[in-house]
Amino acid sequence: MIEFVEYSLLGLLSGGVMALIALSFVLIYKGTGVVNFAVGEVMMLGAYLYYAAAVTFELPPVVAFLISLAVISILAMLVERTVLRPLSGQPAVAVMMATIGMSSIMHGTIETIWGGDTYQPPGLIPRTPLFLGEILIPGSVLGNFAIAGILIACFLAFFRYSKTGIALRATASDPVTAATLGININFATLLTWMLAGSVGTVAGVLIASSAGLAPSLSGAALGVFAAIILGGMDSVLGAIVASLFLGWLESISAGYLGGKSRDVIPYVVVLLILVVRPYGIFGTRTIERL
Amino acid sequence: MRTGVFYENFQSEEQLWNSPVKRFWMLAFICALLTLPFWGTQYILAMACIVGIHVIATLGLNLTTGNAGLISLSHGAFLGVGCYTVAYLGKLGVPFYVTIPVAGIFTAMLGVIVGLPSLKVKGIYLAIATLAAHFILSFVFREWTPVTGGVQGTTIPRANFFGYELMGDKDNFYLIYFLAIILGIAARNLGRTYIGRAFVAVRDRDISAEILGVNLLKTKLLAFATGAFYAGVAGGVLGYFYGAIVPDYFALTLSIFYLAAVIVGGLGSVLGSIFGALFMTFVPEALRLLSNASSHWFPNAAGLVLPMGQVVFGLLIIIFLVFEPHGLTANWRRVKRYFHLWPFKT
Repeated sequence: MIEFVEYSLLGLLSGGVMALIALSFVLIYKGTGVVNFAVGEVMMLGAYLYYAAAVTFELPPVVAFLISLAVISILAMLVERTVLRPLSGQPAVAVMMATIGMSSIMHGTIETIWGGDTYQPPGLIPRTPLFLGEILIPGSVLGNFAIAGILIACFLAFFRYSKTGIALRATASDPVTAATLGININFATLLTWMLAGSVGTVAGVLIASSAGLAPSLSGAALGVFAAIILGGMDSVLGAIVASLFLGWLESISAGYLGGKSRDVIPYVVVLLILVVRPYGIFGTRTIERL
Repeated sequence: MRTGVFYENFQSEEQLWNSPVKRFWMLAFICALLTLPFWGTQYILAMACIVGIHVIATLGLNLTTGNAGLISLSHGAFLGVGCYTVAYLGKLGVPFYVTIPVAGIFTAMLGVIVGLPSLKVKGIYLAIATLAAHFILSFVFREWTPVTGGVQGTTIPRANFFGYELMGDKDNFYLIYFLAIILGIAARNLGRTYIGRAFVAVRDRDISAEILGVNLLKTKLLAFATGAFYAGVAGGVLGYFYGAIVPDYFALTLSIFYLAAVIVGGLGSVLGSIFGALFMTFVPEALRLLSNASSHWFPNAAGLVLPMGQVVFGLLIIIFLVFEPHGLTANWRRVKRYFHLWPFKT
């Protein structure tokens, strides 16, 4: 029983960071209709920039973190302008391949500059573990979850109450009407990409500072597709709930069925969901069923 | 400028190579190809074999993605299924002229299963469904040790043609190109039949296609099955060519490589598949040669080949998508048109 509680807690907590990655993905899909296969690489690039600023240039971690956020935002803006805007209106396979191409460029650049070694960037959060009776929870896991939770709450509040957030939502749901009402659509799209890039960076820095920084980091984002499909591709709430659930499921299956099942369980869930309920649990039912 | 080509009936206009000039060049090309093992060096021969295998696989993906518009990210895993089928049957002593078709058919059946979600979802959802299928298949490759040999991989016995062992690149070259030419002509012909037109109709406007009497269910599954068949055959000859295989070869990057080849070559065109496979095989090679040549000035260039290759790969995809969405075939047509109409301007 203790074992079950321990696995469950660890899984739910690791689902928090996954929710951040999912949020980065859903923001872009909802805002611009692009399925971003480069989420993992954005995350990784952010983490490497943080590492470079904090260790190579010896800046304090917080400053380094802010610098990496700024650089990623600028890069996201550039990519949106030069690659994705010319491709708007092209078939889905073209846009998808463009994001895959970008992920390949980023991955290659990172390996060219930093090589394949594992680095340990400085942590942003204290690492004191928490004891709950017999259960030990590592401090990094708890801290990651706390930061992810706060950030997600901020985002939800931003979309709900701030004027910019409401403008972004309006653009996502109906660009033409939003433009008629005086919302700058181009700016909204840019802002969406910048926000998604920043969220990805936070996720990357959190994962890297607790599990080390290596090119394999980007693989962590592939599992997130399961969460997005499960929650519904255009639902922020769905992404969060599904990430927590999948984090729990992975942890439980890794605990009871062995570590290897972790690689395959999320994808079995994806196939089941796609056959049974393709729009996910919280997604809108706009899929044409043909 | 081409003159003096007249058609007296529909049949002569509709045939694949509809002018003497085209027939001549096609024949000359095939003859030159078949004599390649006699004048090519070992390196050229090995590269030609790899290109041939890639051509077969790209032809298949181009049918599924280019003609029928169904995005598949599990094509690389399908190659793996073909390869492991050949490995398993080959060890039981089954000859290659049985194992390769069986590998193709078995992979096609698997393709139908993977394609099943395409009945409910399309576009990007389908891409993610095939992505899931890819991960499940590569899990099976790694874990089903009795059949696939696990992470260590497995060996494939040499192809045996009535007592004559197909050894070395020279023999495999003929096997690969025999299949590549047959499957290439088959793909080209498929485009001229009802099935090929149904693929295109489903890609362009599926609702209209259904109203015109195209059975969507059958057409989509058939598109998946055909693409997977080509992948299975390609995987089979890949096994005979390398003689040993590890599951890491069939990573997601392989599927993306074939998608890139389809895009760079040209969606929905047989010639595009050939150009794409050729181009995408030679770009990394060119980079490698470049780094070898420059190793005198940059001693650590060899270690950078792989990551730089990734960068170039990504750049190629994006450049082609943005500036030449119809791929190399569009360039080829433009060149051909120029010579057709010369001395007039196009």
